[in-house]
Amino acid sequence: MRLSYNFSMKFSPLLLAALLLAPLAGRAQLAIEITGAGANRIPIAITDFNGEPGVSRALTSVVRADLERSGLFRLIEPTGLPGGETAAPHAEAKARGADALVGGTVAATADGRYETRFRLHDTQKQAQLGGQAYGHASAQIRATAHRISDYVYEKLTGERGIFSTRVAYVVKSAGRYQLQIADADGDNGQVALSSREPIISPTWSPDGNRLAYVSFEAKKPVIYVHDLGSGRRHVAANFKGSNSAPAWSPDGKRLAVVLTKDGSSQLYTVGADGSGVTRLASSAGIDTEPQFSPDGQWIYFTSDRGGSPQIYRIGASGGDAQRVTFDGGYNVTPRPAPDGKSLAYISRNGGRFQLTIMDLATRQAQVLTDSAKDESPSFAPNGRMILYATEIGGRGVLAAVSADGRVKQKLSVPAADIREPSWSPYVK
Amino acid sequence: MRPTTFKLSLVVSAIALLAACGSQPPAPEQNPAGVVDGSKTGVGGPTTGATTVTPVAATGIDPTSLAALKDPKSAVFNRSVFFDYDQYAIKDEFKPLVDAHAKLLVKNPGIKMLIQGNADERGSREYNLALGQKRADAVKKALMLLGGQEAQIESVSLGEEKPRCTDQTESCWAQNRRGDMLYSGEF
Repeated sequence: MRLSYNFSMKFSPLLLAALLLAPLAGRAQLAIEITGAGANRIPIAITDFNGEPGVSRALTSVVRADLERSGLFRLIEPTGLPGGETAAPHAEAKARGADALVGGTVAATADGRYETRFRLHDTQKQAQLGGQAYGHASAQIRATAHRISDYVYEKLTGERGIFSTRVAYVVKSAGRYQLQIADADGDNGQVALSSREPIISPTWSPDGNRLAYVSFEAKKPVIYVHDLGSGRRHVAANFKGSNSAPAWSPDGKRLAVVLTKDGSSQLYTVGADGSGVTRLASSAGIDTEPQFSPDGQWIYFTSDRGGSPQIYRIGASGGDAQRVTFDGGYNVTPRPAPDGKSLAYISRNGGRFQLTIMDLATRQAQVLTDSAKDESPSFAPNGRMILYATEIGGRGVLAAVSADGRVKQKLSVPAADIREPSWSPYVK
Repeated sequence: MRPTTFKLSLVVSAIALLAACGSQPPAPEQNPAGVVDGSKTGVGGPTTGATTVTPVAATGIDPTSLAALKDPKSAVFNRSVFFDYDQYAIKDEFKPLVDAHAKLLVKNPGIKMLIQGNADERGSREYNLALGQKRADAVKKALMLLGGQEAQIESVSLGEEKPRCTDQTESCWAQNRRGDMLYSGEF
């Protein structure tokens, strides 16, 4: 199954036309709607790459879509500007309001492959900011475009781009559950697991090669680790009772998990291969949703030990739990940001479950959405966006919001429920 | 519990059950095997007044026998214990139902029971999985206090993943906050 983003009509007709050329037949479409953008977007002109029109269009449209979707760029109409890697129409681009300019060439090589070159310019300084060249197969046109987007994004924003990353999520349709993996732009969707029983809590290993998840296929929750390259998987935790909420340690060797083998839901760690189960914390009530801090020092988790579900943290090797959330009667699903400075979670506010972010130094919290059924937040590896599940019109959709709350996107598949998103780490 | 109190509280619990189930008939395909919805069958006999008490063994079927599980008039016909939002304590109104099932377990030590805990869809899936487990465990503990054996009873959670009712209404959510007691052959 392939997923592709559809942009709303406010985007350039060129882009829309290019997207309509994408193969659609028989495939569920993941449609995206951008509902908010950053305050100070960088105006950028991306001229059509020189080369075979079909290939150029495929490549250029992906670069434009990537940068536009980030919410940090405003696309300047490039029609009429000279294109190509060597062209540098600084003055013309600047006159149209572009601060940055991208031009490139994609050329077929004798061995049936392609060579793509591009340069990035600063139109204000009339200077070249850099460029790259890639040799690639025709099947890697989109991947090459994402690498170009990553380069431009990093040069102009100073932070690493996430266009070459992937997302995992669960699609429920016609009584079936599918664990799917797609590129960060929703394209190239592939089914990793299909089941008649629920699949929940997929989460990427730090090396991006494996997913841990909970499957009910054995009529109860069991944790699996699934190697995406080979399609092979193994049971990581199948003890008496429930096995759920897997979270990778930053070194990828262990999983924090929730087991009920000794009573109610409690925190343990277990080797990713299923070896060496160790109790981590102890409470009379519910402890669940463990999540390592990026430095591996802490494990954040949800517990009702204080009478209502709240977020706590405990040293990764145990110790006393410290309460982290105090406002409201329901704060769950902690997700530390990649820089460890903030924490995303779901809070209940007047009956609405909303994605919230807390600055861990000041303990100031900010509700990031105006929706009512947010779940399962997952940070992009650069910490800029948070992907989460929510519900619109009774149907599960994915949404993304920037950590500052400004950039907003919605992603959906017609006639299907989509939930449990997880954003991959950087591709190595 | 004395027999007379028991009969009265059974009717009370049947009324409460009917109220808890609401008017929305659940989608049949979402009913776990062996779980019978009281709102369809009118379990517990007449419910139009506290004076029309239906004797537990009116059909002559011993309420601690396995045959009673299929008898709509029996105290063990109902399998569901319903819970309040975000809670896992068994409410008083369901204690007679749990008591009746405990008696059946004691009388039939060879029979096994699977308790499936469920939660309504609101909030975190993983937290709801843990909540469903707590609910199933609460039913298991109550049954064991009344003589059920650990080896007879397994408690598992389905979290919010197998809702009996899928409307976004309080009466529907109330149906999904429950523990179901299933016997050998029913799961």
